[in-house]
Amino acid sequence: MSHHRKHKPHHARASSDGSPPPRVAVIAGLRTPFVRSNGDFKDLSAVDLGALLVNELVARSGLPLSEFDALIFGQVVPSQLSSLIAREVVLRSELPRTLPAHTTSRACATSVQAATEAADQILLGHADTVIAGGAESLSDAPIFASRKLAQALVNASRARSLPERIRAFASLSLKDVAPVPPALTEPTTGLTMGESAQKMAWENGISREAQDRYALESQRKAADAWASGKFAEEVMAVEVPPRYLKISAVDNNVRRDATYDALATLKPAFDRRYGTITAGNSSPLTDGAAAVILMSEGRAQELGVKPLGFLRAYAYAATDPGDQLLQGPAYAAPIALDRAGLTLGNMDVVEMHEAFAAQVLSNLQAFASRKFAQEKLGRSDPLGEVDPGRLNPNGGSIPLGHPFGATGARMITQALRELARRKGRHALLTICAAGGLGAAVVLDGPEA
Amino acid sequence: MSTDTTWKNFRIETHDGVVTVFVDVAGEPVNTLSQETGAEFAAILDALDKDATVKGIVVASGKKDGFVAGAKIEMLRDVASAAAAEKLSRDGQAGFDRLERFPKPVVAAIHGACLGGGLEWAMACHYRVASNDKKTQLGLPEVQLGVIPGAGGTQRMPKLVGIATALDLILAGKAVKPKKALAIGLIDESVPPPLLLEVARARARALADGEQLRPEPPGVVGRLRKDPQGALQKIALEENFLGRELLFRQARKQLLAKTKGHYPAPLAALEAIQAGVEKGLEAGLETEARLFGELAVSPVAKQLMGIFFATTALKKDNGTSDPAVKGRKVESLGILGGGLMGSGIAYVTVNAGIPVRIREKDDAAVARAFAAVAGIFDGRVKKRSMDRLEKLSRMRLLTAGTGWEGMERVDVLVEAVFEDLKLKQEMLRTFETLNPRGIFATNTSSIPVGDIASASGHPETVLGMHYFSPVNKMPLLEVIVTPRTADEATATAVALGKKQGKTVIVVGDGPGFYTSRVLGPYMNEAVMLLLEGASVEEIDGALTDFGFPVGPMTLLDEVGIDVGAKVAKVLHGAFGDRMTIPEAMGKVLESGRLGRKNGKGFYTYGDPKKKKIVDETVYDVLPGGRKRKKIDRAEIAERCSLQMVNEAILTLGEGVLRSARDGDVGAVFGLGFPPFRGGPFRWADAEGTNRVLERMRRLEGRFGARFHPAPLLMELGGAGRAFHG
Repeated sequence: MSHHRKHKPHHARASSDGSPPPRVAVIAGLRTPFVRSNGDFKDLSAVDLGALLVNELVARSGLPLSEFDALIFGQVVPSQLSSLIAREVVLRSELPRTLPAHTTSRACATSVQAATEAADQILLGHADTVIAGGAESLSDAPIFASRKLAQALVNASRARSLPERIRAFASLSLKDVAPVPPALTEPTTGLTMGESAQKMAWENGISREAQDRYALESQRKAADAWASGKFAEEVMAVEVPPRYLKISAVDNNVRRDATYDALATLKPAFDRRYGTITAGNSSPLTDGAAAVILMSEGRAQELGVKPLGFLRAYAYAATDPGDQLLQGPAYAAPIALDRAGLTLGNMDVVEMHEAFAAQVLSNLQAFASRKFAQEKLGRSDPLGEVDPGRLNPNGGSIPLGHPFGATGARMITQALRELARRKGRHALLTICAAGGLGAAVVLDGPEA
Repeated sequence: MSTDTTWKNFRIETHDGVVTVFVDVAGEPVNTLSQETGAEFAAILDALDKDATVKGIVVASGKKDGFVAGAKIEMLRDVASAAAAEKLSRDGQAGFDRLERFPKPVVAAIHGACLGGGLEWAMACHYRVASNDKKTQLGLPEVQLGVIPGAGGTQRMPKLVGIATALDLILAGKAVKPKKALAIGLIDESVPPPLLLEVARARARALADGEQLRPEPPGVVGRLRKDPQGALQKIALEENFLGRELLFRQARKQLLAKTKGHYPAPLAALEAIQAGVEKGLEAGLETEARLFGELAVSPVAKQLMGIFFATTALKKDNGTSDPAVKGRKVESLGILGGGLMGSGIAYVTVNAGIPVRIREKDDAAVARAFAAVAGIFDGRVKKRSMDRLEKLSRMRLLTAGTGWEGMERVDVLVEAVFEDLKLKQEMLRTFETLNPRGIFATNTSSIPVGDIASASGHPETVLGMHYFSPVNKMPLLEVIVTPRTADEATATAVALGKKQGKTVIVVGDGPGFYTSRVLGPYMNEAVMLLLEGASVEEIDGALTDFGFPVGPMTLLDEVGIDVGAKVAKVLHGAFGDRMTIPEAMGKVLESGRLGRKNGKGFYTYGDPKKKKIVDETVYDVLPGGRKRKKIDRAEIAERCSLQMVNEAILTLGEGVLRSARDGDVGAVFGLGFPPFRGGPFRWADAEGTNRVLERMRRLEGRFGARFHPAPLLMELGGAGRAFHG
């Protein structure tokens, strides 16, 4: 397979003498509450959310505004009104208007992409301090006109007389006039995310019960984290503009009262008869924003800033979307660990994005599978088993929500803070993304 | 023409037969008109008249962002007599009359402030093009200095824009932006700034070629079709004798109600406009010059000009005795407390383009702070003094939270928390551990800054910044320095205040500083009068007659009776018997009256549309009950105002004030002391310090020690010397 050829495990950045690769400090991270779409943030666009998040992150950092060199930001579902979210975020925050910015995209791994691009820029010496993040508003998702309606509108605008204008619409049928909502469909396979995950659940033998138990556990961990105040430092309260009458302070998808029985009664979402994936064991459609501030280790020392931790290594990989669409992490994680010069056993925390419980369980299965390692990765040994006590210790995207562009930055901050609490040294972070993409990042704790 | 001639205040360029005359007054940042510029311009016109190669002329400014700001005010201030001032006016009229009759077309190219004499100049040109820039504004603000337009402005303005609009602009001294100027006919075209000169030159050339640039005025039918309401109004009010009479009578009535007869200039402007409309240009100019002359030497104009020069001087003052001291650059400001004061301070700061971080106690209070700042901007958007995008570009500079995060980077922290010494000291200590280099400014209105600073590890960075409520409207900032405050910190606070659009005075530390302190005995005296039996409306009436915008009882209701009592207590504690708080104040408070904020005070606060009336039940807790005694308004005004003036003199003598100038500006802009009286010190000078001293002695004889004259008043009054040299 093609990725065999591309995979060069020894081409890691770790130097041959075994000393750790150069790394970049993560000095701050923040997110908005993640809110179910069409809820508290329904009047805010991704740009609005991104701007208010970045503004608060920058203000809280205590860094002089002149300290920032760039901002890299992303959103996954494009907005019709602003084509370059990163620059719009700068222009709507207190950051200097002279700060360069660019938008980046890697589907659900978008803000991890932003962070690793920022790290690259810092390691290249192009920048010392970069803000990286993303935002998503599925409340503000674009609704498209059908192809036929769009053509008719264009023709009508060119028409020179009223009859001509009317004629432009004559050939339309009722279904052409209906707006087309954005589809979370893989264009080349024709399957939605959910259908692809369902396919994985079947192929990997992930039962409905395993999925519901996983989701329940994640809900419990997230509820505990909120209750014990672990998120207080990493989630800002949003006083919702423009009228500031609503205040959003917590993730509103976390269910303190979730039970196995309640989850078990939910109807399958993608296949009524044989399906096992439900709204309860999937991540919900969510609005929110998250970002981190990355800084060169040297600059952080000069300023006397105490980092949350470090971005040590990363890797991206891809699999054929027609195969198992969301198995990307199982391909990316081994490369990232190699580049870090570490093994799964060194990881004190494993932060895995939960698009679906079935996907997490499939990824974990592949991590542990010798067969997968040999057949798909060309490695003799599997990565290994993940200790459940180290996996998503404070819940993942199923309870917390998943604003596509924001999830990666959320996970970096969440993983580093947990690492600090555990006085751990290393964390692995993985994200599956559309198109069969996988992302993996190895983080170091502040003391590592 | 002889283009090699060099002029002191003008620069000349020729393009294809059109000469552009740039006004560029030597050595000044803005152009003002004087006899010197007038004479030079006349000489230039002579030369251009004779030069056959010159087809047309453009008058423009050589300054980057200003056309002509008006006549040189020093020239008016120093004028010796009414006759001399009248001559100035006639000379100006003659100069612009010549310009208007000039045989070659003259086009004004206006960018930036075009005010007073500058606009009169432009109006005498044959065609006016203005840039559509934010900085461009046109108006005749003369009445604000106690005079009227004196170079034909009262005559040319009504011709260009109609009588009603001219009255509106001249009587209030209002300036308009290019869009409005175009709509009312004050200018002929409004163009993007880079095209200004090019378009003006093209128009001069076209006029020289005999082109008709303005469309023929439409007939009655055409006018009605274009703007039915405006046309009807003009036909009904301006184009017939009866209508005009009505218009002028209405305007006069409104003026008298508004100025209470204290400000003669708007009435004089009205008279000059009316003379021109009814008796023709010559009679109009005659009236204009005569009234200009009389007003220029009137006491009111002298006082208003005095305030103008005082504020101009303050703009250049860094607030310390060493003009070389520079404040540090304020790149961000922290505010503790986002209530009424905190959000107001946040507004003026982000409006000046400086990022602000507010700390509040909880998320709900944070939301209220955001909403309060946004609300002020929304008000401006609604009034169209700002557009929505501009609002957003200011609001982006505001962040707020419940923690101290971010305060480590602010250059200045303003604390606007509850008036409690312990709390303020705790805030100061926390801030200093977090941000050892930041300046700590307290917005206290009554606690001595030194008491707060005693908790500081480096009191040289501690001072007071006393803003007035509502902060977005009140023009004054009182910066309070302790003996240990560093000059650098003072200069930083003063420069910040100016950026926030404030007129800043620096005063010494002490109970009540300057403004609150001089207000104390004034308010106490009003309450004394109330106890003697005067009615609430008589007391307020006496002082609004004197020229204060509101009377003391209304003021007490507005600031809160409890707040007033608290400040009074501080002052009593500091200054003893002469500031004894009348006991009845306690009873008024006990009866549950806090003023407007709880809808219960000296007045009733029911329907906001109805005129508020005195709440008679307040008399039930006062001696004398509902039957009030008649006390002469003149006596009320004298007693209250002299208390304020004497206290102001005390603060000057003690060194709380740096100068009488600061005391005048502080009282006028902070307390509403009548501007036409110039401020406590200017007023005492105008009355005669010896006479003021005499009146204090007489009152001391009647009422005792609280009217004991200030030592400095005894010194100056005894010698018949003035506060302002």
